[in-house]
Amino acid sequence: MALRRQLVAWAFLLPLLAYLLLCYAYPLLTNIDLSIRHYTVRTFVHGGAELVGLDNYATVFADPNFGNALVNTVVFTVASLVFQYALGLALAVFFARDFTLSATLRALFLVPWLLPLIVSASTWAWMLNSEAGVVNAVLGFFGAAPVDWLTSPDRSLLSVTIANIWIGVPFNLVLLYSGLKNIPGEVYEASALDGASAWQTFRHITFPVLRPVSAVTLLLGLVYTLKVFDIIWIMTRGGPSGSSATLATWSYELGFGSMLPRFGPSAAVGNVLILLAVVGGLLYARYQRHQEPA
Amino acid sequence: MKRSPFTRRITTVVVAVLAAAGCSAQQSGGTTGTYSLWDPYPQFDQGSEWVKMIEKCGAEAGVEIERQAYDTTDLTNKVLLAAQQGTAPNVLVVDNPVVSTMVEAGVVKSNQDTGLDASQASPNLVAAGQVDGQTYGVPIGANTLALYYNKAVLSAAGVDPASITDWASLDAALAKVVASGKKGITFSAIGTEEGSFQFLPWFWGAGAKLTELSSPEAAAAVDLWKSWLDKGYAPNSVINNTQTTSWQEFAAGEFAFTENGTWQLQNAKKAGFEYGVLAIPARTGGVAPAPTGGEFVTVPAQREPDSEKTAAKIANCLVGSDNLLATDTALTYVSAVSSVQQRQVAAQPDLQVWVDAVQAAKGRTGDGLGTKYPRISQPLWTAVQAVLTGSKSSQDALAAAQAAASSSK
Repeated sequence: MALRRQLVAWAFLLPLLAYLLLCYAYPLLTNIDLSIRHYTVRTFVHGGAELVGLDNYATVFADPNFGNALVNTVVFTVASLVFQYALGLALAVFFARDFTLSATLRALFLVPWLLPLIVSASTWAWMLNSEAGVVNAVLGFFGAAPVDWLTSPDRSLLSVTIANIWIGVPFNLVLLYSGLKNIPGEVYEASALDGASAWQTFRHITFPVLRPVSAVTLLLGLVYTLKVFDIIWIMTRGGPSGSSATLATWSYELGFGSMLPRFGPSAAVGNVLILLAVVGGLLYARYQRHQEPA
Repeated sequence: MKRSPFTRRITTVVVAVLAAAGCSAQQSGGTTGTYSLWDPYPQFDQGSEWVKMIEKCGAEAGVEIERQAYDTTDLTNKVLLAAQQGTAPNVLVVDNPVVSTMVEAGVVKSNQDTGLDASQASPNLVAAGQVDGQTYGVPIGANTLALYYNKAVLSAAGVDPASITDWASLDAALAKVVASGKKGITFSAIGTEEGSFQFLPWFWGAGAKLTELSSPEAAAAVDLWKSWLDKGYAPNSVINNTQTTSWQEFAAGEFAFTENGTWQLQNAKKAGFEYGVLAIPARTGGVAPAPTGGEFVTVPAQREPDSEKTAAKIANCLVGSDNLLATDTALTYVSAVSSVQQRQVAAQPDLQVWVDAVQAAKGRTGDGLGTKYPRISQPLWTAVQAVLTGSKSSQDALAAAQAAASSSK
């Protein structure tokens, strides 16, 4: 009977194990393997790529594009997270008051998150087009000179970041809103009785109580934003001259952007990206451990 | 015993999951009755002339053909992966600059081995498929770039298109157009292969060579584009334009010129204004060599050499001169065979300028460059973008491009 119970337990476990191995372990290991071998198109097809250790990483780190892509990735991610979170929180607090039509409005705010990325990215690219875009048309109406949103190396990163913030706000709004709804009403009643101002209530009650939800929201946002690829690729292809390239778009460009793929360096950049996300996850785990005893 | 049906059900699920995992690897194509053909023409569906031609050629070879269409940017990696798994298609229709990559990867067989015949096609088009003296595949047809112009805009500005024979006369025409209140020219300088493709007619037309990106001739070509942006002859949006978006700018009717390809002919007829086409002028006159576009029909290596022979029969049928007219008409390509080109012009006289352009065109991977080309093209488009945005001078940008191209392995 004990054996039988064990078998049943394994039977329950096996699908999950198979899933994890096939869909997580295998691709990760393949990616690491790709990054430590010198793959040419010939060895990719016929096998026998020589092991080169960390050569691909050295190549990638020595490439002038690496520093540029890393800085762009950090700027893009931090700016996106800060603004998405701030705007999401402001909207969540606003909608938490449950006024007439608030549910409808909140649903409308979800639209950016629901649209396929190719649709929103293409729309942003059209709107920001320096020749025929609606943004420049509006600016022109007020007498301003046209702005090269996507074609100037000084502004291309800003433009893709704005588009990404717009897409990410609803995600922050939904998570933070549900967090707000879980704060018991008595706490607010007590603070109202103590004569706390609106700002004091937010500063000393809402924000601290919301901290665990905020942490999860920011962690998910970090992982999601680090690997953002479609928006940038569709809007600027990482250009002009790499000015809006991030690690994600650069990895794609190395592996698939030219007619002669460079699998090794591309996989190396991909692994660096995974490491960055893991660091974010570890920071979150550490933060949680600090929270739990309290 | 009570639990046994439940246990059995669980076991079934587990077996199913494992079976599904095991089956994800496809079966390899053999010499059986079904042959696979991959092409980059997703725009053609089952009822199209192209697919009918494939079926006819399969029937002639006595086999059934299973055709799959991929997006052209997707196809290279799909084929490399399939070849790795031993499931490469029997017949592969692939973009001409990718042929040398496929040869390098050992994916496609030479014509000598398979009996594929490229002798009918023009040598300047076949060149893209030649590596170390061997020819791989046959061009199915060609497209290339030329200048479309808006007749009304030009005549309002007092420009005679026939007067445009070199860069100076093109510049003068652009000046007149802009002075008349219309827009000059639009093209695509995006940071992908498309940008290099569009830049090459000016690059080659100045006399520059892909092996020497930092030459004064190359600088002259970039400076020409940059001067158009500075003088307002070309919009700033060209830096991010694909060939499709630059066509859309032209189709709005305000622009005098666009640099675009044979594939826009159908759209040009729908644009709602009178258009003309002229060959891209070289710097000091004459037709500039534009890069050839268009695909090669190739025969990938298989485990059984017999199936390669049958595949070559199918490929020969697709590019055989009897069928080529229909194939190229279906694809809106200029034929790679001069006798068929003449028949195309006889049926459609406005194709003459495209035939001239194709005859003057050059393969990007020709001149023995092969797989070196992708490593040259990327620094080149990066340099062009750097100059157009004003972040680098043409000398600095091209010197950096040459350094990057010669340092890459």
